[in-house]
Amino acid sequence: MIKITGTAGPILSVNAAIMARDVTKAFGQGETALKALDNVSCEIRTGEFFTLLGPSGCGKTTLLRLIAGFEMPTAGQILIDGQDVTGQPPNRRAVNTVFQSYALFPHLSVAENVGFGLKMQGRPRAEIAATVREMLALVKLEALAGRRTGQLSGGQQQRVALARALAPRPKVLLLDEPLSALDLKLRKEMQVELKRLQTETGITFVFVTHDQEEALTMSDRIAVMSAGKIQQIGVPREIYTAPVNRFVADFIGETNFIPATAVPGGAKLADGTVLPAEGEGSLLIIRPEQLRLLPAAADGALPATVESVVYFGTDTHVHLALEDGTKLTARVPSPADGHSGHAPGQRIGLGFAPGAARLIRE
Amino acid sequence: MSPPPRLSEAEDRQRRAATRNGWLLSAPALVLLFIAASGPLLIVLVYSFLTPGKYGDVSWEFSTSGWVGILFSRDIFDDTLKLADAHLTIFWRSVKLSLLTTAITFALGFPTAWFIATRPPKARALWLFLITIPFWTNLLIRTFAITEIIRNEGILNKVLLAIGVIAAPLRIMNTDTAVLIGMAYVYLPLMVLPLFAAIDRFDMRLLEAGYDLYASRMQVLRHVILPIVRPGIVAGSILVFVPSLGAYVTPRVLGGGKNMMIGNFIELQFGQGRNWPLGAALSIALLIVVMLAMLIYVRAATKEDTPHG
Ligand SMILES: Nc1ncnc2c1ncn2[C@@H]1O[C@H](COP(=O)(O)OP(=O)(O)OP(=O)(O)O)[C@@H](O)[C@H]1O
Ligand SMILES: [Mg+2]
Repeated sequence: MIKITGTAGPILSVNAAIMARDVTKAFGQGETALKALDNVSCEIRTGEFFTLLGPSGCGKTTLLRLIAGFEMPTAGQILIDGQDVTGQPPNRRAVNTVFQSYALFPHLSVAENVGFGLKMQGRPRAEIAATVREMLALVKLEALAGRRTGQLSGGQQQRVALARALAPRPKVLLLDEPLSALDLKLRKEMQVELKRLQTETGITFVFVTHDQEEALTMSDRIAVMSAGKIQQIGVPREIYTAPVNRFVADFIGETNFIPATAVPGGAKLADGTVLPAEGEGSLLIIRPEQLRLLPAAADGALPATVESVVYFGTDTHVHLALEDGTKLTARVPSPADGHSGHAPGQRIGLGFAPGAARLIRE
Repeated sequence: MSPPPRLSEAEDRQRRAATRNGWLLSAPALVLLFIAASGPLLIVLVYSFLTPGKYGDVSWEFSTSGWVGILFSRDIFDDTLKLADAHLTIFWRSVKLSLLTTAITFALGFPTAWFIATRPPKARALWLFLITIPFWTNLLIRTFAITEIIRNEGILNKVLLAIGVIAAPLRIMNTDTAVLIGMAYVYLPLMVLPLFAAIDRFDMRLLEAGYDLYASRMQVLRHVILPIVRPGIVAGSILVFVPSLGAYVTPRVLGGGKNMMIGNFIELQFGQGRNWPLGAALSIALLIVVMLAMLIYVRAATKEDTPHG
């Protein structure tokens, strides 16, 4: 069979570390088959911090396992550095995984764990020793080189797992919810640490999480997944400010949805008000922090009634209802004395920050 | 000082009482075990330093002839001591066959144990049950069943002859091979069960970690699986090697009179050989050698386990 690599169209690019082409993965046979991934295509660029974000069961782990080679796709191809690796076993792929369970070797010391990949590759002893030292320094574990992994804390095990996966200098590092077993404080520390490691090593990271904040703060680009499909790929700002559909808007942050129809120059609400809005579709979205609470009579303001006020410390959430019954939430900074000056039943006018409203598809 | 020390004192007293009660409760069992284990051993030890009686039994005179007799025999003409080649042959055969039995049961038992440990829980229980079934039958009967298979007119030869693989029946009976087949069959479950226990505890996710870090299947076996299930391998080897070394029924039935192992040799001293002190000395010597060997083996097998880095 002759493979013509030039025909892949616009998706083909020289600096893609990973490319998934029309990848489908079904578990089970025939009627009962479950499509964990449904015709997924994506391109992960060399040197970027790429995050797979989505709710539980959407196929994040499956995609990662396909890249690592633990599973074979039902259809489609996986390319690493431009090479089709679809049929190759994990030990032939220049990618390493940081497992959620760490999966450290209990019979080996920290240093031996870190050196395992290099040893299996048959590198010379001196090189292994040097790389292990370097990696342990990178994750700040020099002092524990001789310890058994069973005697380490969760955070330390995490670092060993990272060092072990980085030591063979893979083209891509795959991380499946590596921080989910850590407590909040350690988690924050490791987020910074991971980002530092990625910048220092320059290795492409593919990071799986279902924590949107983690995704937004750490990633260069994010792929939002749902039900075996990639819904949107973009930089964090884009994902947050310009979600392509209801799922993405709802999953990332909090959003107000208002039914609307697209008209030239904006969106028409049920009561006939036309708001300036970008995009197209039948759903108007606006983030709670973009709503302005104005006096009832204010010019061009949308009339609304305050339903409840919830004080959150730094800001206050004001729950509102439009005249047609649509519920909205506004988030306003709390004043110094903590009293926002709003009360249930109060009639107010809603203002929109310029460019804050956006039309999307369902 | 006040409350805390008083509390710990009370705790201490309680703990001591619990310990005392524990000892009292287990005392009957301990006494029984002590008498049952050390009593006969003591008798055997004493007998090994006595003089053989004319018609078996012992006469109560101190003698080291039993111990000397392990390795040397007296020339019937000039009464000089000579190294007893026949004894050495028996010892060597015992060690060789026991080591081979251990190796064979491991080679067969490891895939079996792996297979069972990777079944779903229900199937696993069934397989384990099947593995233990042979234990329900008398050893002698099981050994005769083997005879039925491997003897010249046995099932194996009949089948091989019928399908034309061989022209004349294989003579397996009364050879070391026969003994080996029998012992491997009899002791296989003793290898499978501890291996199963170890593999059952093995975290299968480590396999993926191994493959991910560029290890081939063989490398994963060698560098991940085997070192981690080593305690099971050690336990299984000891459980097979020790009884193999002392095997008595299997070599007797399958090996015929000529292919004696230590067990048969000891029995001979208490029967036709009429040399009870030699039999007793052989028994004690076997015990000591086995214990030393196991000590060295376990040391060596666990030493590599400590990290060095
Ligand atoms: N080996 C398997 N056999 C059958 N179904 C599977 C298998 N692995 C995954 N699935 C199914 O595929 C779907 C996607 O699973 P996957 O593990 O990729 O989800 P995920 O996005 O990683 O979820 P989570 O955030 O909970 O880890 C799920 O419905 C899951 O039940
Ligand atoms: Mg997952």
